Amino acid sequence: MSAPLTSLDRPNSYIGRSVPRPNAKRLLAGRGRYVSDLRLPRMLYAAFLRSPHAHANIISIDAGRASALEGVHLVATGVDLAKICSPWTGTLDHFKGMISAPQLPLPLDRVVWAGQAVVAVVAESRAIAEDALELIEIDYEDLPIVADIDSAREGGGPLINPGSANNVCFRSQLDNGSVDDAFAHAAHVVEEELSFGRHTAVTLEPRAIVSDYDPSAEMLTVHHATQTPYQFQDLYSRHFGIPEARVRVIATDIGGSFGMKLHVYHEDMAVVGLSILLGRPVKYVTDRIESFVSDIHARDHRVRARMALDAKGEILAMDVLDLTAIGAFSTYPRTSVVEGNQVIRLIGAPYRFKNYRARLEVLFQNKVQTSQYRAVGHPIACAVTERLVDMAAAKLGLDPFAIRAQNLIADDAYPQTSPTGYRFEALSHQACLKRLHEMMDYDGLRAEQAELRKGGIYRGIGIAAFVEITNPSPAFYGVGGARISSQDGAIISLTPSGEVRCLISVTEQGQGTEAIISQIVADQLGLAQEHVKVITGDTEVTPHGGATWACRGAGIGGETALQATRALRRNILEIAALILQEQPSALDIIDGEVVDAGTRNQRMPISEIARIAYFRSDTLPPGTQAQLTVSHHFAPQGYPFAFTNGIQGCSLEVDVETGLIKMLKHFIVEDCGRVINPMLVDEQLRGGIVQGLGAALFEECRYSETGQLVNGSLADYLVPMPMEMPDIVIAHIETPTADTDLGAKGCGEAGTAAASACVLNAVNDALAPFDATINSIPITPARVLKALKRF
Amino acid sequence: MSGFDESLLDDADETERVRFVVNGRKVACEVAPRETLLDCLRNALELTGTHAGCEMGACGACLVQLDGQAVHACLMFAVQADGATIDTIEGLTESGVIADLQAEFHRRNALQCGFCTPGMLVNAHELLSQVTRPSRRDIRDALSGNYCRCTGYEAIVDAIDAVAKARSERGGVT
Repeated sequence: MSAPLTSLDRPNSYIGRSVPRPNAKRLLAGRGRYVSDLRLPRMLYAAFLRSPHAHANIISIDAGRASALEGVHLVATGVDLAKICSPWTGTLDHFKGMISAPQLPLPLDRVVWAGQAVVAVVAESRAIAEDALELIEIDYEDLPIVADIDSAREGGGPLINPGSANNVCFRSQLDNGSVDDAFAHAAHVVEEELSFGRHTAVTLEPRAIVSDYDPSAEMLTVHHATQTPYQFQDLYSRHFGIPEARVRVIATDIGGSFGMKLHVYHEDMAVVGLSILLGRPVKYVTDRIESFVSDIHARDHRVRARMALDAKGEILAMDVLDLTAIGAFSTYPRTSVVEGNQVIRLIGAPYRFKNYRARLEVLFQNKVQTSQYRAVGHPIACAVTERLVDMAAAKLGLDPFAIRAQNLIADDAYPQTSPTGYRFEALSHQACLKRLHEMMDYDGLRAEQAELRKGGIYRGIGIAAFVEITNPSPAFYGVGGARISSQDGAIISLTPSGEVRCLISVTEQGQGTEAIISQIVADQLGLAQEHVKVITGDTEVTPHGGATWACRGAGIGGETALQATRALRRNILEIAALILQEQPSALDIIDGEVVDAGTRNQRMPISEIARIAYFRSDTLPPGTQAQLTVSHHFAPQGYPFAFTNGIQGCSLEVDVETGLIKMLKHFIVEDCGRVINPMLVDEQLRGGIVQGLGAALFEECRYSETGQLVNGSLADYLVPMPMEMPDIVIAHIETPTADTDLGAKGCGEAGTAAASACVLNAVNDALAPFDATINSIPITPARVLKALKRF
Repeated sequence: MSGFDESLLDDADETERVRFVVNGRKVACEVAPRETLLDCLRNALELTGTHAGCEMGACGACLVQLDGQAVHACLMFAVQADGATIDTIEGLTESGVIADLQAEFHRRNALQCGFCTPGMLVNAHELLSQVTRPSRRDIRDALSGNYCRCTGYEAIVDAIDAVAKARSERGGVT
């Protein structure tokens, strides 16, 4: 009773409230509508024959027996599809000097990774299509393989792009300040080389597509398990020469995406081509083994970095070299260099120092492409920075909290520009650090660690501060020539019975997009949330927009919905004012009723306004045209990104006999600006942390010397399971962005951003008594034992 | 050369008639010997709530109840299930036996993309029918054949824990 009233005590106030997702009930009842569930009349099924070689010339393909198999409708090679699909090239203009070979759905004469799709079969069932694959004979001529970063950098070795001088996709350099001078005058220098293995998204639903070309209507409809339907509408239109308005992409329920489902995949382009060639719907769902060899992988970096500090422990400078291996092509349309670019620009981001130099080298190799996956570049930048900070603390005899307290950008020092050129509007590192210290009971954990160490139990405590990129503006992809929208759109209507329908371009993959949009609309309009229906993921229906990636759903999509709703509200109140002979400003809407703004006395339900406007417009004053549908677009302005920040901490135990690591507890203090639905934000953070912990401890795409992925199944590739994962304690600081009325920033990548850095620091902390260090991620038992010289 | 392979055609054409009780109703299907129970449920019976995640029994997305026990529908041929009683997420939903679990998952947002969720529910349902008051560790252990890639598992553990408590306070298993 004594708690003061907050904004949440207002009727219909939903912004900031933990409400469940309306659409989750369907998924819980097994009534999801995933693309892999879809079956259309006359639908056929595609399967692909994949290259067993990492690098080889295709000498000949004999598909005669496959074509003759009953039930087979089409066998298509690269040549067949190249006739109807123009090639694509994964470069962006603002990455100067970047190269990548043109790509086609299926290769014409050469394969460049083991698992690359070479021939497509379309048949009456997937099983028949797979039977036919076994009847295809391909004659290959092996070529030398570029297997890793070192062989890619060697001069005179095999080239992945014939005609190019080397295997370099892109080189870049940042140099801000007097780095050499700072190192020359530093009291302390710490240096480390860290390596980060390849891992992959492992969405529970593999990639899925049903392409339906109707030649009579010259219309292409693609049901595509993707995050970015508008991007694919544009791509299918341009590469297959179909007018954009005749291409429809529908993305209904998506069984996990994490950035993996927004890249162009060769098979997807092939399936669209196959449906055009056949004039029938064609379905393709990757099986799990295909997912491992054809979904994008991520990370694969080797970073050498050093940090200079003065005698008191002030960071003076950082100097970095990031080498990253991206596979045989750069992905399209977002490219495979964005991750490296973000690594070198995010390193050191939480800290106050001026002198920074970084070089980036992006290299081709005979492996599947790497590209954007949850928290692009963040975990690497964070691990490099935070490891060096911990090493500096150890060298100076400072506590990890103390060195951060000394060097983090002060909460009252904004706006700030990082030495790498990022502009920060307002961050809260100091507040987060302080909060984490209390939340972890840091002093208690340290005391416990010391006590247990006497008994041969080695626990480690790790912390890692991070900066996350959210709400990207056109400066991200648009500037490089990519047709990827940074704006979003909403069409919001008052229905004749007084409910609201909101079509919005941000998409739902389980984050709760539809829930938060309905919260914002209900909140701004003064309706109960159940009276708002949100529709996403259909280019024929929803307005064009960037959709959901890089943490832009709440910050950009939410602001779009907010502004659209305010416009609709103005229109409703204008009509109400005409009917009630009042000034619109004297009216408000609460619980679906137009009320007097001052007294809250009910005047009329908005359903009555809708009824009159739609069915009895003759009773409105002459000249009134009721606008009960509002279309509104919003593009971010002001800061190019809404940066968020936070800090994570963890406590773990290393078994020095087996090398096994047991996570005990994980903590995060996170600042994503205005929180729209705390429960959904917390679940995003937990999910993100668990993906980060997977990367830190288990996940690695391991290749043989011949370029074969050797752990491409869920029995061999380990992802985190419930038993290995700790409980995760969450706290929030809210620093809303002033660039929007809503003030929301993203939160989906914050968990992943710092989890591996945190674990790396904690494991090194646990191993400190042994003078052993770990500098590779994932931190497998074998690597722990090797560091301990026990393996 | 015709390239016509008679043996393959025979294999592909061969079907067996199988009968099950699926979600309380007798059904009969013509299935190829190589078809899994998962294929049969999803394709012939259009029960798409049972999902294919890995097709090797690792991820748990395809769990169904077969004669009252949770089994991987991807690891069993449809012909092997002949004569069995099978309950999928659709049937468990309709009968109401997991309504409290579903409500608690919903209330706590113990799911995101929802693809693993039917398998999670089948597994949780089995756990709670065997152990009245599992510890959180028991719950985590029992779920360790069900991958979730979106959540941090914690809300799922919380939801199952809460249902176990509520059921035992009501006087045992429903």
